[in-house]
Amino acid sequence: MSGQYAHIMTADEAVALIEPEQTVMIGGFVTVGSPHTLIDALVRRGTRPIRLIVTDNGFEDRGIGRLIVNRQVSQEFVSHIGLCPETGRQMAAGEMDVTLVPQGTLIEQIRASGAGLGGVLTPTGLGTAVEQGKPKIQVDGREYLLEKPLRADVALIRAYRADRQGNLVYRRVMRNFNPTMATAARLTIAEVDEVVEVGDLDPEHVETPFVYVDILVGCVIR
Amino acid sequence: MAADRDSRRDWIARRAAMELRDGDVVNLGIGLPTTVAGFVPPGIRVVFQSENGVLGLGPRPAPGDEDADLIDAGGGYVTVVPGACFFDSAAAFNMIRGGHIDVAILGALQVDELGNLANYIIPGKRVPGIGGGMDVATGARRVIGVTELMASDGTCKLVPRCTLPLTAAGEVNLIITDYGVIEVTPEGLVVQELAPDVQPEDLTSRTAARLRFIRKL
Repeated sequence: MSGQYAHIMTADEAVALIEPEQTVMIGGFVTVGSPHTLIDALVRRGTRPIRLIVTDNGFEDRGIGRLIVNRQVSQEFVSHIGLCPETGRQMAAGEMDVTLVPQGTLIEQIRASGAGLGGVLTPTGLGTAVEQGKPKIQVDGREYLLEKPLRADVALIRAYRADRQGNLVYRRVMRNFNPTMATAARLTIAEVDEVVEVGDLDPEHVETPFVYVDILVGCVIR
Repeated sequence: MAADRDSRRDWIARRAAMELRDGDVVNLGIGLPTTVAGFVPPGIRVVFQSENGVLGLGPRPAPGDEDADLIDAGGGYVTVVPGACFFDSAAAFNMIRGGHIDVAILGALQVDELGNLANYIIPGKRVPGIGGGMDVATGARRVIGVTELMASDGTCKLVPRCTLPLTAAGEVNLIITDYGVIEVTPEGLVVQELAPDVQPEDLTSRTAARLRFIRKL
């Protein structure tokens, strides 16, 4: 959202904007930096089916795994599911379509879409199952896989503080996928500890510029 | 070789730590590799990177001092050392893929004569997922695989060719097991050192991989 204040709303109001069949990116790494208030609201609303782009599923009872356990997810791009065994069960039963992606490739696919690029070339995955079905491209004698951009309808992200415009600052390792996901969705909803007035954030410290952020939601579940 | 499992794993971790050089930037995998941090020799300063966005990991915090926003890639609470910095996942993997990690120490389900590594999936049994492992194994300048030689089901993890899906092809440089230290060379596997009280035949009788013993061990 450019030139205007971001909308401030409750988590329930914000997740009501997510419709069935949409693709949702959710930030967080082993639940740190996950927008737990928004996840809780989405579980309560029960919107399904949705497609997810996440780096991991957290746990069955905490973080993104709650959406899996609540059977809201039909398809997922994800790098790690080991801490949420329910994912493996739904995969094996054919109830969920899971694509395992190397984590460094996943973040670049998200970055590429936010940056308007047609994909990225990476050596990661060469000689493994990850290369199946993907074009290989030689550049200066080295081989790379072409990985295409990943876009979402909505990104649910977590930051530490925001100003009313939607500039975001983070704290410690809550960054992870959040700053990149903020750039790669049609609608970005950020859950924050605190919203301050425009001018109260040091411009030197802003990591997510406000153009990427549409909606701010206060964090009540950590 | 020590009889109990903890001692054998400690030997592996201590031996892996001896591979680290002053100034190295190091990424440790989850599980056994993480314990290497506790065995860094005195006088050696290394910097630990974690792919969830830290350069300069410190020890585990004392109970009560945990920070909810500060974990390592294994999900455990950590501290940071003076001079540490935080960054997002895009920057973390730029660092990893771009060759800025000197040494990666990774666990293994299987490792083979070509330095192929399998450590992310046992089809039909366990699907933990890839995580950052493929990028770390591909991008780190030197990759050390650490593992007990024998899996819990009695099969040997050092094999002629990996049968499990690969994490990375031909990226492992050194393999440290509870039976000894094995270098991956263009000419094949070379046993550099045997663990205490291990004889060459203890190793050769357990693995089908071809081994050479170039030094008097």
